[in-house]
Amino acid sequence: MLLVKDLHSYYGRAHILHGVSLEASGGEVVALLGRNGAGKSTVMKTIMGLVPAAAGEVNFDGRRIERLPPYRIARLGLGYVPEDRRVFTELTVMENLAVGLQPPRKGAPAWTADKLFALFPNLAGMRERPGGRMSGGEQQMLTIARTLMGNPRCVLLDEPSEGLAPIIVEQMAHSILALKGEGLCVLLSEQNLHFSQAVADRAYIIEKGQIRFGGSMAELASDASLREQYLSV
Amino acid sequence: MTFASFIIQLLNGLAAAASLFLVSAGLSLIFGVTRIVNFAHGSLYMLGLYGAYSLIQALGRTPLGFWSAVVLAALAVGLVGVLIEVLVLRRIYKAPELFQLLATFAVVLVIKDIALFAWGAEDLVGPRAPGLSMAVEILGRRIPAYDLLLIAIGPVVLLAMWLLLTRTRWGALVRAATQDREMVGALGVDQARLFTSVFFVGSVLAGLGGALQIPREPANLELDLAVIADAFVVTVVGGLGSIGGAFLAAILIGVAKAFCIGVGTVHWFGAEIVFSKLTLVVEFLIMAIVLVVRPFGLLGKPQAAQRLAADPAPPLAVPSWTFALVWLALLIGVPVVADRYVTILLTDIFCFALFAVSLHFIMGPAGMVSFGHAAYFGLGAYAAGLLLKRAGLPMELALVLAPLVAGAFAIVYGWFCVRLSGVYLAMLTLAFAQISWSIVFQWDSFTGGSNGVFGVWPSPWLASKTAYYYLALAFCGAGITLLWRVLFSPFGYALRAGRDSPLRAEAIGIDLRGYQWMAFVLVGALAGLAGAVYAFSKGSISPSAISIAQSTDGLIMVLLGGVETLTGPLAGAAIFTWLRDELARRTEFWRAVMGLVILAIVLLFPQGLVGGLKALMQRRREVHS
Repeated sequence: MLLVKDLHSYYGRAHILHGVSLEASGGEVVALLGRNGAGKSTVMKTIMGLVPAAAGEVNFDGRRIERLPPYRIARLGLGYVPEDRRVFTELTVMENLAVGLQPPRKGAPAWTADKLFALFPNLAGMRERPGGRMSGGEQQMLTIARTLMGNPRCVLLDEPSEGLAPIIVEQMAHSILALKGEGLCVLLSEQNLHFSQAVADRAYIIEKGQIRFGGSMAELASDASLREQYLSV
Repeated sequence: MTFASFIIQLLNGLAAAASLFLVSAGLSLIFGVTRIVNFAHGSLYMLGLYGAYSLIQALGRTPLGFWSAVVLAALAVGLVGVLIEVLVLRRIYKAPELFQLLATFAVVLVIKDIALFAWGAEDLVGPRAPGLSMAVEILGRRIPAYDLLLIAIGPVVLLAMWLLLTRTRWGALVRAATQDREMVGALGVDQARLFTSVFFVGSVLAGLGGALQIPREPANLELDLAVIADAFVVTVVGGLGSIGGAFLAAILIGVAKAFCIGVGTVHWFGAEIVFSKLTLVVEFLIMAIVLVVRPFGLLGKPQAAQRLAADPAPPLAVPSWTFALVWLALLIGVPVVADRYVTILLTDIFCFALFAVSLHFIMGPAGMVSFGHAAYFGLGAYAAGLLLKRAGLPMELALVLAPLVAGAFAIVYGWFCVRLSGVYLAMLTLAFAQISWSIVFQWDSFTGGSNGVFGVWPSPWLASKTAYYYLALAFCGAGITLLWRVLFSPFGYALRAGRDSPLRAEAIGIDLRGYQWMAFVLVGALAGLAGAVYAFSKGSISPSAISIAQSTDGLIMVLLGGVETLTGPLAGAAIFTWLRDELARRTEFWRAVMGLVILAIVLLFPQGLVGGLKALMQRRREVHS
């Protein structure tokens, strides 16, 4: 569903991504692992069109999207959940969801606010609460729910477990598996290996803007030197 | 003051507040979402007034004709706003904010001349509102019924706006985009269409504000800048982006103005205070006080830093001595070969070059954009004129003391201004410039009021145009050299460090506010020098030297040349002054031509002329190597 080939991008003059290639299919959770500053978020932003792709291809459902503006990419059914949540703090939960609203899409689950409250029960009791007066975990759920309102076929989750209490991380893992169960394609970036092992089918490791490893979670689990080299802090 | 006259003044103020609120609410809405300070918003108000005038004539002076005309005029102005957004602003959303500002200045110039072409230079007095031309008696005084209607319209529009913003998805999108428009785009919302719709609504409000004034205020060509100044004040006092704040501020200012007129002349402890003369100043006094006490306005919040801000300014290139000396040699040679006209034009250019370079210093490297830089230019000019004529000082002494007077004002104004940043700072500088303008304009006995000061001629040994040319070249050249030299001193580095990262600059021990204050005073004094040299070259000085138009001319010069280069402001000042002179001699509609030229430059060279040329040359060099 999502196929990235030899992607390059820059922040100003700094060359960040040096030819990243990866893929993810429907009904699959793929983890993009790497240390701080390895380029995980930049991969997400470049796929989404928020950082311009200098070279390379991004294919989504067989369509080239690397030259499209972000809103067009989102309207094709590719959802993006940013790492720092970027909840609209002045808007209530319901209003945040309204901003993400898009028409139903073939081949994707059609979400409503009520279905999302079933997925994230914590949100159900705070429909009228402004985004700025929610805890970090609640905001993280809201930002995912907001993106799901666009009925995406594939979501990019940038560090969904970052800074969350263990119990919330566990809930988050359940929610991600539920999305997988709905047939979504999920690409998530993570530093937290345990969390990834709980939800992901496959993983890529990125370092200095290049993919160093791609394989199943089992392969990664059995290779201690790989984890030592690229993931240990 | 009796209770009855108190109530009457209150009602007067509330009626005046209605249009002020409408136009400010539109400005605030547009700024919140697009981060564009739309200088053309006053022009939209003006178009609303003119449009209503013509439509009433076409549709007939019946209640139906009147109200259809008002509504149609507002909608038509909304479409003009859409045109501005689609044709101009949409192309430069990624350009630095200041460049968008320049584009809206250009739109102001174009609209002014369109209005001049379509409606002529005479004031047009509109009809009373049919069916509402009677007066209502309140406490024995007569109040026009139309004013009472206006008082009601304000809250109705406030309520409508509130419903639109809090009860519709469009409102949620607008508020979300005000906080983080990139994220809104990533959620599948087409920003371009959202911005266009916001421009439409904001422009309709401005047009409606203007159209509703037709029975109370003649349509005239000066309204654009007068209204934008008022709207800035209201928006800033209320808090940028806060519609409720704009409402409160409009009432506060409308009522304060009405009371100043109503109170008239009062004798307190033997001193005579003419309150009616304060009407031009009072709103700016309120703004200055509010911004010092509440830096983000009555109901405003600290501005959310928009993501994807433009790249930080590149380091400044040190000007080369050979380049400067070649130019100096050429300029010294000019009077030998050129005629009187060229000499005079170049003398003007020298003054504006120093003015522009001093403005560039404060808004570029020091990072404090000033919308009111003409204050120091004008105060310097007036100081020179008044020291000569009223104090009887010799011209040479007046010329040397004038910059110190301008600098002294900059000490006072700067103390307030450096406490703010961003748009609020810019607005406060505008406020101080308008306060200075109002005092100069109204203090007939001292400053000559609207006529200005005459007979400000240089001493006999400088009386020839050639001699004065060399004096202007020496003084302005020295001023520019000093400013450039300071930029490459530790003081200049500290200013740039403070602009790029205020927190880090303070963390390494730089007293940023103190440095900014000093910078403010330095550029104030040198702008004053430019004004003084200018005054003696013209032989007279009028309040227009302190006007908003003079301040925006300076901004156009700097932005036209490019704020990221040192030589840009010089090129901008030269081209602007020359072009204005050439165009004004050829066509009545020179403003429109100038505006279109600026728009063309904005769309073709988003880094300014000199910046654009440099980028072009660099690209060519890269291709060759």
